[in-house]
Amino acid sequence: MSMSMSLNGPGLWYVTRAAGLITLVLLTLSLVLGILNASRFTSYRLPRFLVQGLHRNVSLLALVFLALHVGTTVIDSYTSIGIQDAVVPFLSPYKRWWLGLGAIASDTMIAVAISSLARQVIGHRLWRAIHWAGYLCWPVAIAHGLGTGTDHGRTWVLALTFSCIGAVVLSAIYRAVQLIPARGLVR
Amino acid sequence: MTVVATTTWRGAPDRRIRRLPRLLAGLTDGRTTGLNVHERSYGPVPLPADTGRGRAARAKASRLIDVVERSGLTGRGGAGFPTGRKLRSVAAGPGPAVVVANGAEGEPASRKDRLLLSRAPHLVMDGISLAAFAVGATQAYLAVHDDDPRLMASLEAAAQSRTVAGIDQVPIQIVGIEGRYVASEQTAIVQHINGGPGLPTFTPPRTHERGVANRPTALNNVETLAHLALIARYGDNWFREVGLPSAPGSTLVTVSGAVGRPGVYEIELGTPIGEVLMLAGGPVERPQAVLVGGYFGTWLEAETAWPVPMSHAALRSVGGAMGAGILIVLPESSCGLAETARVIRYLADETAGQCGPCMFGLPALADALADLAYHGGRGDAAARIAGLIPLIEGRGACRHPDGATQLAVSALSAFRHDARWHDEHGPCFGIRHEPLLPIPGDVEYW
Amino acid sequence: MSQHLRVNPIMCTGHGMCAELLPEFIRLDPWGYPIIPAEPVPDELRGLARRAAAACPTLALLIDQRRD
Repeated sequence: MSMSMSLNGPGLWYVTRAAGLITLVLLTLSLVLGILNASRFTSYRLPRFLVQGLHRNVSLLALVFLALHVGTTVIDSYTSIGIQDAVVPFLSPYKRWWLGLGAIASDTMIAVAISSLARQVIGHRLWRAIHWAGYLCWPVAIAHGLGTGTDHGRTWVLALTFSCIGAVVLSAIYRAVQLIPARGLVR
Repeated sequence: MTVVATTTWRGAPDRRIRRLPRLLAGLTDGRTTGLNVHERSYGPVPLPADTGRGRAARAKASRLIDVVERSGLTGRGGAGFPTGRKLRSVAAGPGPAVVVANGAEGEPASRKDRLLLSRAPHLVMDGISLAAFAVGATQAYLAVHDDDPRLMASLEAAAQSRTVAGIDQVPIQIVGIEGRYVASEQTAIVQHINGGPGLPTFTPPRTHERGVANRPTALNNVETLAHLALIARYGDNWFREVGLPSAPGSTLVTVSGAVGRPGVYEIELGTPIGEVLMLAGGPVERPQAVLVGGYFGTWLEAETAWPVPMSHAALRSVGGAMGAGILIVLPESSCGLAETARVIRYLADETAGQCGPCMFGLPALADALADLAYHGGRGDAAARIAGLIPLIEGRGACRHPDGATQLAVSALSAFRHDARWHDEHGPCFGIRHEPLLPIPGDVEYW
Repeated sequence: MSQHLRVNPIMCTGHGMCAELLPEFIRLDPWGYPIIPAEPVPDELRGLARRAAAACPTLALLIDQRRD
């Protein structure tokens, strides 16, 4: 079977879709690790600084795959999506709203990444405000995937998406439950 | 309740001239001294006509600060920092400055600031005006607790009458501070005026460098400013006529506990504690110990305390602290450990809740002290307390935890025999004595 | 130039990340808050100290470079 990876044809599209799915999985993993860290999860094998380090590295890896996802979309002449559509939402006529969500999610991801790298410069309060806005990023990305993606007819893609949702919901419950008895300690 | 009294310094028998009262001299019985009576007693406030930022005015301001420095006036809010030096550093700061008068007397056992503000407000306001001139301030605030609306109204009226008479170049704004203990702390007041919560902040920067609106801010106790008002009129030599060369001037003290006439008294610095207590009617029962300096102060055994002169240096030399001039006498029939346990519990409830070691350490300290006082300690309460002290001291943003640990440590020292007895035998009968140290919110608070 | 650590007690919420990264220098009190010694950081731990300050979730751990 021949699969052309030329700029014309569906080959590049496979890369786009794969990279998009991987980005979503990594983003989910990053979110779960972030929630674990905030809830002060610690164990002998996974001390706090390790969870923090994993969160950071997984996020950076997610950015790499995001770049791949966006880059292949833009250079692929199969679609008319240009570089501006990657950054500014709702410009492209192709699946305008779902694609726009993707632009929003990626803009947010980049903002969170830059603010985190410059954390010691911008100070805790500003960093925290941007990071909280970053929470928005994940549900928007899920919606983008479901709306724009051409694979959601496939069972395994749907299963993957729902696993991501499940993982975040479980983490949120863990965090909420953990907050209840510790109310006096949490400011 | 509050009594005005004089004292002659018996150490100098050939000078039986009436040298006190000074701050309390202009008081009329029970009423607020109005502007007219005030000016008749003391004369008008010696502010030059030109109080601007021109060179002539600044030169006069600098000379005023010289006089304050030479007088040796130190802060009367508890820390005892040289006032002239503070004014000098604020005046040297960039841009227009701010003056804040701290009249928010957080110490439950202190009444002197309230007395000055309710009966001699113009003396304090003269001081604010003079300080504003000295440092080149364009804003002036007087901070008081907001739980007494009558006092605030009377202060507003006094400030208004001065504005009408054209006395103050910088109008004095009255600011209401929350009744919490920590709200009257220096950085908490500054943060409140800046629009934030009335809670202490983490220094640096220090208030005199960047305080209200990020400007150099001179924050002084109201009694200090009242002294300033008199020094500006009568000079530094006059100020030094009473007191000691190393601790010049007079000061207000609040005496309470087991004495005949509890109240606020004006004394010369250096007066022995025993003499001050006699001034207040003397102990009504054999005294066991004296709490000097308030709830951030120290317990001294009665025999140790009696001859000690009231001055920062003398009290430091016996391991104590003068604080804001508070003396509470504990009689023999009372239990010092129980009183201390109650106070530490109050201080634990009054933390700002910002710093972990204080927020968690003080309740643990209160528990350990209560254990020792009321349940006998089971042999390890004293050790638990000793272990907690280094975990609390110096680990907060303000001095609240340090004050509490200082009180606890001094209690274990002054009442060490009691502590050992409690540890072995359980609580003593003294715990049944009526509580003497006032806790706001308790029924017996005076 | 010696390196000193200090903590802003208001910003510190007792995450304990610093004590994990620098256990040779920082201990935690019974309530989870760091006890920072007043002595300068030993030379061999300087890099870890910088990392600990960067890792603090609230940026409460501060480094002072002091001229001796």
